[in-house]
Amino acid sequence: MVLQLHTARGPRKMTIGTKLRNVTWSMVLVICAVASIGFAMLYSAAHGSYDPWMDRQMARFGIGLVMMLAIAMVDLRSLMKIAYPLYAIAFVLLIYVDVAGEIGMGAQRWIDLKVIQLQPSEIMKIALVLALARYFHGFTYEDMKRPMVLIIPTLMALLPTGLVLKQPDLGTALMLTMVGGAIFFVAGVRWWKFAVVFAIAIAGAYFAWNSDLLHDYQKKRVLTFLDPSQDALGAGYHITQSKIALGSGGVFGKGFLQGSQSHLDFLPERQTDFIFTMFAEEFGMVGGVVLVGLYSLLVLYGIVIALRSRSHFGRLLAYGLSANLFLYFFINTAMVMGLIPVVGIPLPLISYGGTAMMTVMIGFGLIISVYVHRDMRLGRRNGDDE
Amino acid sequence: MNKQQSQTIQRVFSRRVVLLGGGQVLLLSALFGRMYYLQVLESDKYKVLAEENRINRRLLPPSRGLILDRFGVPLANNFPNYRAMLIAEQTPDLEETLRDFAQLVPMSERERTKVLRERARSRAFMPITVKEDLTWEQVAQVEINLPDLPGISIDVDQKRHYPYGGITSHILGYVASVSESDLARDPDPLLQLPGFHIGKNGLEKQYETLLRGKAGESQFEVNSVGRTIRELTRQEGQPGEDMVTTLDIGLQQFTHQRLASELAGAAVVMDIFSGDVLALASTPSYDPAAFSRGLTSLEWQALVSDIYGPLTNKAIAGQYPPGSTFKLMTSLAALKSGINPSATVFCSGVTALGNARFHCWRKEGHGTQNMTDALKNSCDVYFYEMARRIGIDAIAEMARQFGLGQAEGLDLPGEKNGLIPDRAWKRATMGEPWHQGETLVNAIGQGFVQTTPLQLCVMVSRVANGGYAVRPHLMRAAGDANQVKADGPSTFPSMGIDTDWLTIVRTGMDRVSNELRGTAYRSRITIPGMELAGKTGSSQVRRITMAERSRGVRKNENLPWNQRDHALFVAFAPVHAPRYACCVVVEHGGGGSTVAAPIARDILIECQRRDPSRRNPNIEGGRNEMP
Repeated sequence: MVLQLHTARGPRKMTIGTKLRNVTWSMVLVICAVASIGFAMLYSAAHGSYDPWMDRQMARFGIGLVMMLAIAMVDLRSLMKIAYPLYAIAFVLLIYVDVAGEIGMGAQRWIDLKVIQLQPSEIMKIALVLALARYFHGFTYEDMKRPMVLIIPTLMALLPTGLVLKQPDLGTALMLTMVGGAIFFVAGVRWWKFAVVFAIAIAGAYFAWNSDLLHDYQKKRVLTFLDPSQDALGAGYHITQSKIALGSGGVFGKGFLQGSQSHLDFLPERQTDFIFTMFAEEFGMVGGVVLVGLYSLLVLYGIVIALRSRSHFGRLLAYGLSANLFLYFFINTAMVMGLIPVVGIPLPLISYGGTAMMTVMIGFGLIISVYVHRDMRLGRRNGDDE
Repeated sequence: MNKQQSQTIQRVFSRRVVLLGGGQVLLLSALFGRMYYLQVLESDKYKVLAEENRINRRLLPPSRGLILDRFGVPLANNFPNYRAMLIAEQTPDLEETLRDFAQLVPMSERERTKVLRERARSRAFMPITVKEDLTWEQVAQVEINLPDLPGISIDVDQKRHYPYGGITSHILGYVASVSESDLARDPDPLLQLPGFHIGKNGLEKQYETLLRGKAGESQFEVNSVGRTIRELTRQEGQPGEDMVTTLDIGLQQFTHQRLASELAGAAVVMDIFSGDVLALASTPSYDPAAFSRGLTSLEWQALVSDIYGPLTNKAIAGQYPPGSTFKLMTSLAALKSGINPSATVFCSGVTALGNARFHCWRKEGHGTQNMTDALKNSCDVYFYEMARRIGIDAIAEMARQFGLGQAEGLDLPGEKNGLIPDRAWKRATMGEPWHQGETLVNAIGQGFVQTTPLQLCVMVSRVANGGYAVRPHLMRAAGDANQVKADGPSTFPSMGIDTDWLTIVRTGMDRVSNELRGTAYRSRITIPGMELAGKTGSSQVRRITMAERSRGVRKNENLPWNQRDHALFVAFAPVHAPRYACCVVVEHGGGGSTVAAPIARDILIECQRRDPSRRNPNIEGGRNEMP
């Protein structure tokens, strides 16, 4: 039997105990450190109160931690098997919210499951990485030359992006495209193809700007980004206030619970998208650098795990997920500092919110699984040996 | 894949990861650089700005426009909502103050814990709502005892109020809290104000932008801990505009209450020339105040599962087979096809088509019938014969011209299209050819045909007004009722229907009501000059089997409610100088002549007595009609 062949040749089947010993506990520690910073900030955002954000966020993180470890125990072969079905489910849910949104006549991003609100675009972030890794697994560098090979994964990335864009959720659409692009690149798609796509994208953006594909508020965000003073009390208010709060924090910050701009309600959405600003106001540049450093460390863990994986699937999976994390925190921090337009992406592990927390933790679980099963060899087709 | 290939792909992967890694490092450097720029180089500038950042702003909500009836009677207005507020830092003992307060105004345990939770969450100088909707006596009592209630103050904001409650709820809709999807759709910053309400249904939703108005803004200075020092500027908002509807609330009230004598139904009254909807009722209805307050899930379940459909505006969204009222259209289509209205058909009580037998409602038959005889007696056999001669497409064309089968474009959300079937429709939706038997069934308003009460009212209006394509509407004017000018001449285009044909159909309707043994003779108006002309209809909702027919068709009273016939009646009045049209549908009410016609008669008497279209609001006023 195929499976027996595998056990004879490959590494021995691991027990849960062995697997747990193989978990990158130092990485888990960093994750907990970042989450703890988040708890402290939510405590501060509520003017020094556990209620209403910190206690709930802690509960969610606890659940997320268990989920992460459970996922880390799932071996790569099983992950490969669920990659496509999961993608299909995420895709159907995305269509469902679009249709439901159409009926409700407005933007719709959630499915209300009473207990939690399911946000299909968040699931898609994970599902897309899994599906692309599954697809590219087993292709040689020579195979990657053939344009036919690229048609399916291109559709796999673009269709959900289109659906998300229609919701409309520009930030998530952007992330899906960039994560997809990163996986295409490390999977070995030739350089010049990226150049062509880039050129088309620029032309497309020009076209989109001059048509009515973008919502007015989205155009306004871009214009406001280019010149915040144009609209100091309107849409530019957020970014102007964010810069004032950050800048006035200085090198060492104003101290925990002492961020005057955040606490006097000048800073909008301080518990969600602009939480980094509050952190940097209270802990200064030193705090900011440490936090960005911690995130970079987590990304680095992902990259090193990817490089050490013996299976191509594992490699692409771990890399795609760490790229996802990188984009997540980079876009958020760059946005609150006024480097890029406000697109509404939360700060992973720290911003208040359930679904984003779950996606991030699932992502970490998958990365750790790649590490735990780093020596596993996977066959070319469906994960079983050749 | 051989070993070498797998090494190649791994090499490419590693090389490219390192390349992208370089890019990531560059991006991180940009991040650090920016932090350095903002927090070190420019930090002093931002510290000054932060220090000056003392001007806070607050939106001032505008008052919502009123909705008035055609004579200026308010149907939706704003009531002051007196609230008791509490500023925690002004009281030495919060618990004690609350205890004292509760002696004047009863408070539940839930309200008390809510206040305490609210207190823990906000800063000591921020006012917290203790209790809303205080009565006048309670306000007075609290005001008198203020010295003993440190920290308590009375504050007032506005609350939407519907003086007529369920009588107008299907038309006005209601206002309620802003939802997530409203926020995504509408960028108006007002929507983000806590406690702001917007129109969720009916006219409140349809004319939301008009009624809402524009936000004002107050800028005030705060000190370094955020306490308000003084107000700097205050720019008042622009209040929402009042809207004058076409409704006559007196008539609306009468119509609703008259209709409420039955379990479920709808009625529409309109001016046949201007298209003014004077009354539009759907029973049962719901209490709009409950929606503004927020429903419990139990209440919501009860409303949703109610078989009488209190949440549906049946006048525009209830779709019913028109039954015999549809014979008006079949008659006009026959006239257009060149049928001589004096030519007669013999009704023996049944007619045969192939193997199928089609029965007249009167088992014994009506004997020799011409067109107006057939309308008067509602003879099915006569119309079976007409249908056989002219075909379904001719009937469908006429019905559509008179407004059936498509939404009338009334300015109210949720209007349904109904359905006027023809050959093309059946082929497209069912993929089957049309059968002649179906022509016969549909010609008497059964089978596929579906209409809303509003559509039937428009249909009879167009018959009565001489063939003008009148359209119904509820908005009369924005602004003051006293400024509304008298209605000018009707501007609706003529539909090009021969007036002789219309006269024949109207004569038929006259005979229905005003000639002995007409189907609605018992529900005629006997007041001289107010006589109505109408047409009855009873639409079957179940199939009568051959077996049942041979046993004797069961009477409506012996059937469960939801299997009884719908009772319909359409009418206009006065018969010789028409002005008002009315349609009444009683869901599963039984017979049109016994159940729907008396209701329509009473409504039309009341309507002519009030004569809202000709009454001049500037002379009579209407403000004395408040309940």
